[in-house]
Amino acid sequence: MGDIAVSLWRGNADGSYQVYRVPQRDNQTVLDVVTWVQRNLDPTLAYRFACRVGMCGSCAMTVNGRPRWTCRTHTTKVIKDGRLEIGPLANLPIIKDLACDLRPFFEKWQKARAVFSPRLTRQDAIERIAPTTTPRLAADAAIECINCAVCYAACDTVRWNADYLGPAALNRAWTLVNDVRDTGNSQRLAAVAAAGGCHSCHSHQSCQQHCPNALNPTASIAGLKRHTMQAYLRGELE
Amino acid sequence: MNVRLYVLQRVSAAVMAPLLLIHLGVIFYASNRGLSAADILARTRGSPLWGAFYATFVVAAATHAAIGVRVVASEWTRWHGAALERLMWACGLLLVALGLTAVAAVVLV
Repeated sequence: MGDIAVSLWRGNADGSYQVYRVPQRDNQTVLDVVTWVQRNLDPTLAYRFACRVGMCGSCAMTVNGRPRWTCRTHTTKVIKDGRLEIGPLANLPIIKDLACDLRPFFEKWQKARAVFSPRLTRQDAIERIAPTTTPRLAADAAIECINCAVCYAACDTVRWNADYLGPAALNRAWTLVNDVRDTGNSQRLAAVAAAGGCHSCHSHQSCQQHCPNALNPTASIAGLKRHTMQAYLRGELE
Repeated sequence: MNVRLYVLQRVSAAVMAPLLLIHLGVIFYASNRGLSAADILARTRGSPLWGAFYATFVVAAATHAAIGVRVVASEWTRWHGAALERLMWACGLLLVALGLTAVAAVVLV
């Protein structure tokens, strides 16, 4: 097997791409390529990863123009004409090289009240939740988010509207709206119905297209739109 | 956009949808029958039904468009805050004024 011409983003927002030659291997992931560069060519290369098995959501980067989880993306799937361009995620401030500042992403989770507000305490017995009820099925359909920010980087509305909470935060809010153990819905619905909330979504479905776990945040946001509209018509929201 | 504007835009779209179909039907009927401007004005002048029909259409269209322009301006320009609200109201009121003037021209005797 030959070499891959790998362009890696170096520096902060004012940086540029630099080309490295990396030997192509069988079953090689994009994260393997980045790690090979750091261990063999330039130890100052900054990037982020942890689990390497698609669970932690740390290693998302822009690969040949598309946001992807790099640990589960094989190079053979994404190389174009023997070239691979790897950059930091879009829509987030760049700290250095391939590492983004994820604070805006997670601050919006807080702003969307996408945080579990339990009805019971740890002294109470664990509540049994039937997995086949309609609300639980709706929550389960959206629950497997790994917080990788791929959807956030893929979203046009995030790019256009700095206040938009984004697909991941709203998707998480939707799972909690459907969680019968949660008590935070009045504040949560007010948060996602405000400016920058679910109604800013244009349903372009880039989040659904790019989500590595095949979730559909657009559907979750549509659910929030329905819920908040009904609450508004009942006079529960301003 | 917040939930209030979202509901207003959806409701105005729902109001417009049947009116638009009737409007297109009327255009098709008028052109198919070869009606002249005088023939059309003879039917619309003094008609409270056509006046109410097109006045409703104008208000729904102005509401829908003004909210849409507000969204486009907020995402594609640097307009924000109170200036954005003023833009929305100015757009809506201008469309209402122009539309109702046109309705008055074909309905009032």
